[in-house]
Amino acid sequence: MKLTKRALMTGAAMALGLAATATGAMAQDKTKVGFVYVGPVGDGGWTYEHDKGRQAVEEHFGDQVETVFVESVPEGPDSERVMTQMALDGADLIFTTSFGYMDPTINVAAKFPDVKFEHATGYKTADNVSVYSARFYEGRAVQGTIAGHMTESNIIGYIGSYPIPEVIRGINSAYIHAKKVNPDVQFKIVWAFTWFDPAKEADAAKVLIEQGADVILQHTDSTAPQAAAQAAGNVYTFGQASDMAEYAPKPRISSIIDNWAPYYIARTQAVIDGTWTSTNTWDGIGPGMVGIGEITDAVPAEVKAEALALKDKLASGEYHAFTGPLKKQDGSDWLAEGETADDGTLAGMNFYVEGIEGDIPQ
Amino acid sequence: MLRLEKRRQPSQAFAYATPVMAVIATMIFGGLMFAALGKDPVAAIRTIFWDPLFGQHAFYYRPQLLVKGGPLILIAIGLSLGFRAGIWNIGAEGQYILGALGGAGVALAFYPMEGWFIFPLMILGGAIAGCAWAMIPGLLKVRFGTNEILVSLMLVYVAEQLLASMSLGLMKNPQGFGFPGSRNLQQYPSAHNADLIANTGMHWGVAAAFIAVIFAYILLTRHQLGYHIRLTGEAPRAAKFAGVSPARLILFCLGISGALAGLAGMFEVSGPAGQVSIDFNTGYGFTAIIVAFLGRLHPVGILLAGMLMALTYIGGEIAQSSMGLPAAAIQMFQGMLLFFLLAVDVLTSYRLRFGKGEVA
Repeated sequence: MKLTKRALMTGAAMALGLAATATGAMAQDKTKVGFVYVGPVGDGGWTYEHDKGRQAVEEHFGDQVETVFVESVPEGPDSERVMTQMALDGADLIFTTSFGYMDPTINVAAKFPDVKFEHATGYKTADNVSVYSARFYEGRAVQGTIAGHMTESNIIGYIGSYPIPEVIRGINSAYIHAKKVNPDVQFKIVWAFTWFDPAKEADAAKVLIEQGADVILQHTDSTAPQAAAQAAGNVYTFGQASDMAEYAPKPRISSIIDNWAPYYIARTQAVIDGTWTSTNTWDGIGPGMVGIGEITDAVPAEVKAEALALKDKLASGEYHAFTGPLKKQDGSDWLAEGETADDGTLAGMNFYVEGIEGDIPQ
Repeated sequence: MLRLEKRRQPSQAFAYATPVMAVIATMIFGGLMFAALGKDPVAAIRTIFWDPLFGQHAFYYRPQLLVKGGPLILIAIGLSLGFRAGIWNIGAEGQYILGALGGAGVALAFYPMEGWFIFPLMILGGAIAGCAWAMIPGLLKVRFGTNEILVSLMLVYVAEQLLASMSLGLMKNPQGFGFPGSRNLQQYPSAHNADLIANTGMHWGVAAAFIAVIFAYILLTRHQLGYHIRLTGEAPRAAKFAGVSPARLILFCLGISGALAGLAGMFEVSGPAGQVSIDFNTGYGFTAIIVAFLGRLHPVGILLAGMLMALTYIGGEIAQSSMGLPAAAIQMFQGMLLFFLLAVDVLTSYRLRFGKGEVA
């Protein structure tokens, strides 16, 4: 008994000592990259994909880079403290992966001019703060095309998270392309007011199914809607943020995958090389930041071919997901024939396009 | 055989000792959990409890303890008054949100005017809004005999919807490119609840928390109302004979706890948080319930418990990023604290006896 206890204690002490020397010796040449996550790494969606990007950085650089992360960090003063703590601990580059971290990122960045910050989905930059986001609406165009073909009831359900431009853009893009292939299509939108809450998301999915929706699109991150669709039977869904392949081939018939790895590797490389500058990145299918998950056999071959053709046209830049003629919901003109939306309007999009029913919550 | 025997008098010594015992038990079992996760338990415990206070970057973390502990203490003080009298306000989180909306609402109404009177008006707005929200379960209980636990808790969810609506509509920053969230009050000097001395973390909310501790202490030990509160909790029938009006006591306890929670929200939104946003509330109102009990519903105890809770939050974050501990493990660790407190609390009113009990 005594012996075991002592052995345990020495073991602990040794581990402690080792850890201390290890960090001391390697702190010099290792580049330290921090990640602040809004959800748990096991959410299967948004944070999960960011963490896959972090793991890709570790794999790519090996011993050259050390990564640290803190998960489930509330937006606000807590996130500010977590970022400060990472910077104090010697991080060279910090990715803050939620919109609500915007002002905290700017605040902390001002205090640590030598540390580089990368804020996802925001719009405020500084000398040491870049912003990056993905053109998910391109993926929504592909989704809308498939959904328009697949629906029998002509009712497509949409689980919105928060009524912010990012989400509204996705709804508009999906609607435009569903309508293009199926003029009778109708969208029913439920706002969950959460990014990740399996219970609320399941409720939203059930409500939509009860209202006759047989295809459900989601802008929330859990797989709960997939499970609800599976339980209901003939309902199709799409993976969000992550592939959600465990629900393939049905109900999940395709997905939008966030692929942050190439960006995270490139930005880490820039810090190592000393070539990092403040940038504003908004990449889509072309550069690979937005991926389309496998379209399963539940989708007819010709629909699949059409969707993939659209994906290719979006990737090459030949086609823009918001191409006129398009009108706003109130009937006023937005884009003329052949005109495409500018990034400024898209970034702050706060209106539905013509044909979508209901109001954006205020 | 081991058995429990009721003490004639609750043990004073154990009343003081149980929180310490709970912390030690949490350290032991938390350490075992960290070890099971493959982390060095000694280093983890040291990171959580030692590093924020005396570690390399303590100069930054010590002020943060005040920032994190201030609202917890302020809310818990209010709750403890009601809890002592057997009045259970579980909805401090909602009152906290309403206080923030009240305070920010005043500020945004005056924007961009500058004036010394704006901040005091915001304080008033926050306190009144929080108090009014707590009056709903109070009046319903007094008038219709509803259960204040349920009503106050349900009103948290109503408050959250109101918060979302305000962030997206009425209080949305007109210059925010359509994104939800209000203007940042940190950039509005008249409304900014800044550190009283730079980089100390000591903002008006922390000062208010300390003042609340002192007032609660005086109220409970020196004032007749405090006596009534204690009496109602300990001997409701005796309190009735002593002429305590239950209705007035209910309204007072809910009102004061609502006002203090509202103040906490107002100081938070105008200071550390800076803006009204959809996810503004992060659970202070619920954590304060733990703080109130951990502090034995005693003002000084709550002060210590609030700082301890803040320590586990801040230390827990450090442990996450420096040791790779999952967030859930830290939450488990905090949960253990309350669990063990309640478990060892038995010893205050009961004593452990070995062997067979006497025949009564």
